[in-house]
Amino acid sequence: MSHWIEPHPTGIYVRPADAWIDPSVPRERALVTHGHADHARGGHGRAWATRETLAIMALRYGTAAGAAVGYGEDFRLGGVSIRYVPAGHVLGSAQIVLEHAGERVVVTGDYKRRADPTCLPFEPVPCDIFVTEATFALPVFRHPDTGSEIDRLLGALHANPDRCVLVGAYALGKAQRLIAGLRARGHHDAIYIHGALERMCALYGSFGVELGELRLATGLPAKAMRGAIVVAPPSALNDRWSRRLPDPITAMASGWMRIRQRARQRNVELPLVISDHADWDELTGTIREVAPNETWITHGRDEALAHWCMTHQMRARALALVGREDEDEG
Amino acid sequence: MRSFSQLLDGLVYTRSRNGKLALIADYMRGTPDPDRGWALAALTGNLDLKAVKASAIGDMIRARVDPMLFEMSRDYVGDLAETVALLWPKGEETDDGSLTLSTVVERLHGLSRAEAPAALAAMMDHLDAPGRFALLKLATGGLRVGISARLARTGFARAFSLDVDDVEQLWHVLQPPYTPLFHWAEGRAERPDPGGMPFFRPFMLAHPLEAESIDLNAYAAEWKWDGIRVQIVGTGRETRLYSRAGDDITGSFPDIARAFSGDAVLDGELLVKGDYQGGEAASFNALQQRLGRKAVSAKMMNDYPAFVRLYDLLLEGRDDLRPLPWTVRRDRLETFMAQLDPERFDISALIEAPGFDALADLRAGTRDAAIEGVMLKKRDSPYVAGRKAALWYKWKRDPLTADCVMMYAQRGHGKRSSYYSDYTFGCWTEEGELLPVGKAYSGFTDEELKWLDRFVRTNTVNRFGPVREVEKSLVLEVAFDSIHDSKRHKSGLAMRFPRIARIRRDKPASEADTVEGLRRLVS
Ligand SMILES: [Zn+2]
Ligand SMILES: [Zn+2]
Repeated sequence: MSHWIEPHPTGIYVRPADAWIDPSVPRERALVTHGHADHARGGHGRAWATRETLAIMALRYGTAAGAAVGYGEDFRLGGVSIRYVPAGHVLGSAQIVLEHAGERVVVTGDYKRRADPTCLPFEPVPCDIFVTEATFALPVFRHPDTGSEIDRLLGALHANPDRCVLVGAYALGKAQRLIAGLRARGHHDAIYIHGALERMCALYGSFGVELGELRLATGLPAKAMRGAIVVAPPSALNDRWSRRLPDPITAMASGWMRIRQRARQRNVELPLVISDHADWDELTGTIREVAPNETWITHGRDEALAHWCMTHQMRARALALVGREDEDEG
Repeated sequence: MRSFSQLLDGLVYTRSRNGKLALIADYMRGTPDPDRGWALAALTGNLDLKAVKASAIGDMIRARVDPMLFEMSRDYVGDLAETVALLWPKGEETDDGSLTLSTVVERLHGLSRAEAPAALAAMMDHLDAPGRFALLKLATGGLRVGISARLARTGFARAFSLDVDDVEQLWHVLQPPYTPLFHWAEGRAERPDPGGMPFFRPFMLAHPLEAESIDLNAYAAEWKWDGIRVQIVGTGRETRLYSRAGDDITGSFPDIARAFSGDAVLDGELLVKGDYQGGEAASFNALQQRLGRKAVSAKMMNDYPAFVRLYDLLLEGRDDLRPLPWTVRRDRLETFMAQLDPERFDISALIEAPGFDALADLRAGTRDAAIEGVMLKKRDSPYVAGRKAALWYKWKRDPLTADCVMMYAQRGHGKRSSYYSDYTFGCWTEEGELLPVGKAYSGFTDEELKWLDRFVRTNTVNRFGPVREVEKSLVLEVAFDSIHDSKRHKSGLAMRFPRIARIRRDKPASEADTVEGLRRLVS
């Protein structure tokens, strides 16, 4: 059976629009859900994405021919009517809603349902085919309340005035959400950042996301950062870069931190379960809410989510897209 | 349960020993009786509830969660208790505070295997995920948070500014939840009286000898044996063996415990002998065969029969000999030997040397694998706990050394986790190949570590997960106490206590030692 939407290992092909959604190789026409590297690549002929996502892509891959799409605006490509709807994942992230031949398909990209001060909240859209992610699709993944995780971070900071707390956070999205979350929790001290976060934080600022006073951690004496929070990409946690810091308590903000072994593997002393992806309850709850005829699962723990759909009398299929899921993102 | 589960989480994630001690001390100070006593019992491995089997926990969760999803989750998480703790279906993810650690322990204690699952499930509903994890670990009898009993007792001692050796003395006579111990620690009660019980006494330890020479009229010399230092505590009715850390190791050496029925406390070295070793004390490698085994088979006892080489007599009946001079204790020990089975006990002989230089020659000349060096004991020294200046000295044999080539490096732990600080090194075979002969992660200065780390990073030729293979160009002079045959290593050799003595930047790798050369050092 050939459908007008075709999953391929390198992305989802929308035949009547002759366009690919989140293709992992350069394509002439690409519809991009958000700026993470496993969804947005450089080198496309023309990319349709939100203004924010295009800015992020420009920062990462240099300028590319882009068509800015506003949230909620309808546009047509071939015989397909297309609309971008907030996904709540990171700044600029969108679900792509496609309508053709009386059928509606929603492609979520990555998404979450928790409040996030740095992006618009997920908007559920009832549909016929729901194409979802499944990063945390196991019932062991239940993310706790974000505010209480941030309070644990602040607790550790205040209990150790001579040390610093070094938090590993993904450079796009997690780092800014964490910083904004700290501000919302009343922490207004300067926050030190790794050089790799600088431009992305500035980009968030240019879109009106308030991050407060940020200082570059590079080139500072250790004692300047005593009692402070330092945010760095996860890869810098156990590397030479962290040697300059004053006896850091190593923390990491990620949904993976729910699993002890994951935290220990990374030598994390303070695991913070803060995720930009939907947890098990959010994934299954969202499927119930949009009530599709069929659920397609792009990446993650697809077997478990497909099993859940089946046992709840819903049709599901795993697409096994390649090159998705960056371990550091989460 | 909340503070206990937080303590466990903290211990799992905290890397430094001091950090762990601080967590334990804070908990012990801030938690009421008898909760803290049960926690101390759990941390020291003295709380063996074993209320349910792992299979019963699997059944519990399968009744509540789709079995397929449970299996997938377990494959992903690995640990059963953790999987179930995370999966447990519950509306509010909070600990409602209704369960204290003592309530949990009491309930689990009285349960039959049949009623355990229902009771456990009822408790699970009141806890959050870390609390459920702690509960399941307690209920299945394996806490395993990666700390030793000694560390837990040190944390307890630190909480109340006590001497940990003093705590060790009392430890084995008290039962969980140790309320009299806490009351004494807080100065609210008298010191518990351990009279009549086979309890541990802290060992007397030696300083390394640094002086050039020592007067043998003032110091007696005996061999330092390479086994496990052991204390035999007999009350006449019961005998226990304690390791240097104060752990009860009677279970690993029932043959020794059975052979002793006296009312005395002795200090000695546990060794094994085997016929294949000519009936003499065998090397430490042979002893390892018996270490750490909970149950010892008859074959094991037969193949590696243990005996104790006695150093000292601390108590005989009611007589505490510890304040007496070493010469008097030595006389009493020689007399005491008469009542012991010579198959199981002998006395550590004194070394007769006319002078210090002659002793140095004897020390240099010995090739006995079971000899680690020489002990020098002040003839008038009392037996005192710990390391006291100028009473006992250990004078280890000079280490052996070999020039080896660095082959692989791995990141260290804790403070060292950003450095490549664990090195695997090799020597040349006749065919001109490098064969790994050992691994070392100490011996270098901080400066040298920085240099080695840089060397590894700039000379990496391959990566296998956390391991980097390096250019085979750097010679390390490795020092080690002894080297033995080993079936576990491809080179057929195993070094004891290898450490990096020097970095030989001056030496080309081709001039490093050969495996054959190393084999000649085997003792
Ligand atoms: Zn993403
Ligand atoms: Zn993704």
